[in-house]
Amino acid sequence: MTPTVATADAFASDIAVRCVGLVKHYDDVKAVDGLDLEVRRGECFGLLGPNGAGKTTTVEVLEGLIRPDGGTVELLGHRWGGRHDQWLRERIGIQLQQTDLADKLTVEETTGLFRSFYPRGRGVDETLALLGLESKREARVHKLSGGQKQRLALACALVSEPELLFLDEPTTGLDPQARHRIWDVVETFREGGGSVVLTTHYMEEAALLCDRVAIVDLGRIIAEGSPDTLVAQLDAEQIVQLRVDGDLDEEALRGLAGVTRVDRNGGDGFRLGVSAVGEALPAILGALAAGGVTLEAMITKQPGLEDVFIHLTGRRLRDE
Amino acid sequence: MSSRRVSHPLFELSLARLREFLREPGAVFWTFGFPVLLAIGLGIAFRAKPPSQVRVAVVGQGAEVARTVERLEGARGVKPLRLSSAEAATALRSGKVDLIVDVAPPRDPSGAASHGPPRLIYRFDTLQPESRYARLLVDDALQRALGRRDVMKADGRPVSARGSRYIDFLIPGLIGLNVMGSSMWGIGYAVVLARRRRLLKRLAATPMRRSHYLLSFMFSRIVFLAAEVALLVVFGWLAFGVAVRGSLLAVAVIALLGSLCFMGLALLVAARPESTEVASGWMNATMLPMWLLSGSFFSYERFPEAVHPLLKALPLTAFNDGLRAVINDGAALWHTWPSLAVLAAWGVGAFVLALKLFRWQ
Repeated sequence: MTPTVATADAFASDIAVRCVGLVKHYDDVKAVDGLDLEVRRGECFGLLGPNGAGKTTTVEVLEGLIRPDGGTVELLGHRWGGRHDQWLRERIGIQLQQTDLADKLTVEETTGLFRSFYPRGRGVDETLALLGLESKREARVHKLSGGQKQRLALACALVSEPELLFLDEPTTGLDPQARHRIWDVVETFREGGGSVVLTTHYMEEAALLCDRVAIVDLGRIIAEGSPDTLVAQLDAEQIVQLRVDGDLDEEALRGLAGVTRVDRNGGDGFRLGVSAVGEALPAILGALAAGGVTLEAMITKQPGLEDVFIHLTGRRLRDE
Repeated sequence: MSSRRVSHPLFELSLARLREFLREPGAVFWTFGFPVLLAIGLGIAFRAKPPSQVRVAVVGQGAEVARTVERLEGARGVKPLRLSSAEAATALRSGKVDLIVDVAPPRDPSGAASHGPPRLIYRFDTLQPESRYARLLVDDALQRALGRRDVMKADGRPVSARGSRYIDFLIPGLIGLNVMGSSMWGIGYAVVLARRRRLLKRLAATPMRRSHYLLSFMFSRIVFLAAEVALLVVFGWLAFGVAVRGSLLAVAVIALLGSLCFMGLALLVAARPESTEVASGWMNATMLPMWLLSGSFFSYERFPEAVHPLLKALPLTAFNDGLRAVINDGAALWHTWPSLAVLAAWGVGAFVLALKLFRWQ
């Protein structure tokens, strides 16, 4: 895990973000509790986790907005708090989880205002075209829909042609169509060679956009890898969820043919990892009959990141 | 990279401020409309008019009541009203009359009604200058009517000094209130709102110079300041003939320094709060005492002498005093140096402290 100095230097130019032993607490709550991560240039890296896991705090430390209580952060080879702050700010694009841009300004004026802060960048027209906001150029911010506001926030982040883009829950609360438009913009940015750090609690978003994800819980990374690798680690071809009427011990399901893992899923529900559905289903039904409980509902599906999270924490990503 | 020339951030920020203000009809009204309405209202209420008549209620029974009313009707500046005791008491309370003359029938030693002079009781509110004036005027009129003669000859000559009317006093006071109010609300509220909406945080994440952000508020304020002050000065001159006896440049310098001072206070108040409600509370707590104590509507000379040094140390008092010296008395700018010094001290102190305390997120 700890590379020699020579290797670290050799790879420095390849690293967009490196953070080691990050700690941040608010009063007596540890929001971030010893977090390490590394994002390579050109990579899209996702921080996945439930609300309150420390994702936003982590990202805001990386953005230089919050001073950490411990650990080091390096962006594009430089640290915050020194003479490179301005240099760094010119090279990163930021979309905060919540920002209400000035209501009374138009889309064009807002983008132009942000453009004026940067010595380099693309034109306002080009940026608005990139975000599909040309027709809203003259519209005031408070007249925009949620999706349009979010695209404007991205316009403000992209107008400087950043090397590194931070997106904090970019599509939360948006309808599917608006979400897809945001994803397209992120893909376009990546095709241009940009690096992305994004937080989300949408599994499909992480699976679609990210080369690698880190699952964050209680201020720590509890699993890290490409979405496929993480799912493969579940060692399950299928996930079987069932709900029963009556008392059934987990142990009754463990060790059944084709069943690789058993997790509780709510009070009288179970979530099973299954390697061979054909073998497992009859065995499961048999075990239920033997246990004297009635099957109320059963779903089988492809495993995803959500299942990884549930397996690691015993909790769902979102409170439903 | 764009070939289009990108404008300076300070220019763009100031432009954004101007646009935001002009697109907020409410803000425009409270900055420009309200002070003029206030000037019109107060100007009419306190306009220079011939000494008004003293209204006197005459109560009591008997022939002497009618005779007393008759005698008062013959006196200049007195308007007697025949009322019942209850009506008179209500009228006095509500300020409809300034004095009640209670007439008792004359009595001779035998107890029978006689034709001697009546016995009067004046009922009046000793706290009201109008009431005290009415008592003296009515007493004098009745005594004269019954035959009193002056023992000494004294004539009155009316004097009317320029700039001595209430409206002359009021217009600089209103300019003071307006400059304080618009500087404080215009900056304080906008900054706290931007913080609450996390716009400050978003801006802090860009390479924008933080001083540019704060300066943009000042630049845009100064544009409106010129309009605000000019509006009240021109309105006072056209509508009420309030002339600026000193130089307009001096007015401009005092207004600019005052505005900068209040902007400093606004930044200080807005340095930390995250909610606009909390900020509004602090804003009012800062301004309300000055509304009352700084001599905008009435002279602070009415407060005990012992507290005058304290009142004069308030920035709005300094502003009002300086502006009145120039507008009403025609003082030269350097004669207002104590005011300028007070404003500069508050402004610099507040700015330095505000920059130390300012929270971007």
